[in-house]
Amino acid sequence: MSAAQTVQAFWGIVRRDLTVSMRHRSDLFNPVIFFLIVVTLFPLGVSPAPDVLKALAPGVLWVVALLATLLSSDGIFHADFEDGSLEQLLLSPQPLYLMVLAKVLSHWFITGLPLTLIAPMLGLMLQLPAAGMVPLMLSLLAGTGTLSFVGAIGAALTVGLRRGGLLLSLIVIPLYTPVLIFGASAVQSAIEGFSIAGQLAVLGAFFVFAITFAPFAIAGALRISVNG
Amino acid sequence: MLSTPYLALENVSCERNGRLLIDRLSLVMELGQALQVEGPNGSGKTTLLRVLNTLSRDYHGQIRWQGQDLAEVRADYLRQLLYIGHAPGIKRVLTPLENLRWQAELYGDHKEQDMLEALARVGLVGCENTACHHLSAGQQRRVSLAKLFLFTTPLWILDEPFTAIDKQGVAELEAVIDRHVQDGGLVILTTHHSLSLKHGCRRLSLGGGA
Repeated sequence: MSAAQTVQAFWGIVRRDLTVSMRHRSDLFNPVIFFLIVVTLFPLGVSPAPDVLKALAPGVLWVVALLATLLSSDGIFHADFEDGSLEQLLLSPQPLYLMVLAKVLSHWFITGLPLTLIAPMLGLMLQLPAAGMVPLMLSLLAGTGTLSFVGAIGAALTVGLRRGGLLLSLIVIPLYTPVLIFGASAVQSAIEGFSIAGQLAVLGAFFVFAITFAPFAIAGALRISVNG
Repeated sequence: MLSTPYLALENVSCERNGRLLIDRLSLVMELGQALQVEGPNGSGKTTLLRVLNTLSRDYHGQIRWQGQDLAEVRADYLRQLLYIGHAPGIKRVLTPLENLRWQAELYGDHKEQDMLEALARVGLVGCENTACHHLSAGQQRRVSLAKLFLFTTPLWILDEPFTAIDKQGVAELEAVIDRHVQDGGLVILTTHHSLSLKHGCRRLSLGGGA
């Protein structure tokens, strides 16, 4: 199998998944709408006072973005498992590592990327100071990639189970916490006027670690799930 | 002269949910043959096919492909294999042409003209650009069967390929299988339908004795 063919197969899967999401609008908009709705609950439920919201903003935005990613990761392999295209992917002569990478990349395009782009608007709603806007976007950009990979491991492990949704959260949320800690801390530091280079470097390291090793875990988990 | 068989099973046993479905099966398959696996529902037909296509590794015994252990030469083996399973493996929101395209790209064989021709061969002219969920069950199955006209892999493993296909379609499918066998391919399939192949067909009965 030549490298050019593998590259073509990679983009073929990305193109397929993006086309499917474009036609299933709900896949595309649900995480963003969830993000929007849950963030609006905080002024209503906690307090609309700007000082309170300002203190909560970094944490709330990061927690909700994390939950939106979690919510959508259940579906990464589910439809493929149901309609048999997952079997076709596992039996294709292409390296599964790269095919899995293509699946996660397209998941990030329809969740992590839109969440990152919409975050400043929600930051405004929560009175996030201007100094925190760019760090919020940068930390989400680096962090949501890792979240997609970790979510995909959970999704691959639970894809064969009938009610895997809750189990998926139990597997994935503990693994999300380091990303949350450094992501929210980056925004907080920026507001307080400190450098965020350290946090971004750690988030970047998480991402490199995830992109290197997670596809192996995902591929292995998929083989087990399809076997069972 | 003793030659290495294309695909050989030696004492293969599989169990599922505590039931022994396949008990010490030994079988030699060569290119240029068709093998029909038959048996009542739940007798292990799909289980056997999933062992043969490497999706399942829950078996005892040995499977050799061209003399080598299947698990060791999996990547080369997959390059030779076309599997069509119970689930057709097509995306319902995509059109037949788009579905064929992503599958063809996995195999690096994708001339637009060839894909349109393959769809025409399975009787989907005029539906190439209609989303698959607007098509009938039989037409959706035909989309995945179009791969038989597109890919040139020697080994075909087909799980119930005739499901939801009309009489005319079944006859055409038999003709394709016949031609593939004649061209030196190996076809392993399960079906409850009695096949009429020109070159004859070996049968393997699972479950219920025989």
